[in-house]
Amino acid sequence: MEVLTRTHRNVLYISLNGELDEKTAEYTRLALEQTMFNEKVNQIVIDLANLSFMDSTGIGVLLGRYKKMKDHGVPIYIANPSAQAERIFQMTGLYKIMPKIKGAIL
Amino acid sequence: MSELINTMSMQIPAKSENESFARAVVAAFCVGINPTIDEISDIKTAVSEAVTNCVVHAYQKRQSKNDLITIDCKLYSDMLEVKISDHGVGIPDIKKAMEPFYTTEPDNERSGMGFTVMQSFMDTISVNNQDGGGTVVTMQKVFTKENKQVSGE
Repeated sequence: MEVLTRTHRNVLYISLNGELDEKTAEYTRLALEQTMFNEKVNQIVIDLANLSFMDSTGIGVLLGRYKKMKDHGVPIYIANPSAQAERIFQMTGLYKIMPKIKGAIL
Repeated sequence: MSELINTMSMQIPAKSENESFARAVVAAFCVGINPTIDEISDIKTAVSEAVTNCVVHAYQKRQSKNDLITIDCKLYSDMLEVKISDHGVGIPDIKKAMEPFYTTEPDNERSGMGFTVMQSFMDTISVNNQDGGGTVVTMQKVFTKENKQVSGE
């Protein structure tokens, strides 16, 4: 897993490159934590265009970050999910709290 | 009538680094009957969920080389059957465990959607505790008709 970030006009863009499962969850969690808590950031976009695989462990990682950023009033958006990730997001209702946006990114 | 084309059994230590290996092997096992990309993706996701359950819950992250996961596959002309079993702690209440969003580890950022994903991505699933301890998850994936022809030489 590779976590790439760029901040532009107070928006933090994060690209997850690789596979998000139990093996990579902890690293991804820590990498996201390191970049998200920036007082200049008022929105976060997570780009999944290069995420080749994700299972429900990934949902747990994203939900955890959502809960933490919600306390700081920073919304998180999802961009470019694969068809497989899309189905998991739809199934779990994740888009209700982390809406999908078009376009992006790094 | 479904024709049994191939069988495969593998045993791996219950370590998280084996998840990607397990799902890749099961996906590769199906390639002979030309599944669609979506079908392969569904199978990989369901296998990953089942193996994660073994690593995280059955063996409670001990990551010991003696804690094994067994994966048995049968490939039919129109279907895959994959059985994923462990000898871990078993599931006290299987019905409860299969409810969406149910998790025994809410503080560890678990979504509780593993079985729901398996149910959604595969055509059938059965979950049973083994007499000697542990759990067996058996799933079937029916392939679309246009893929039934077996590629031959």
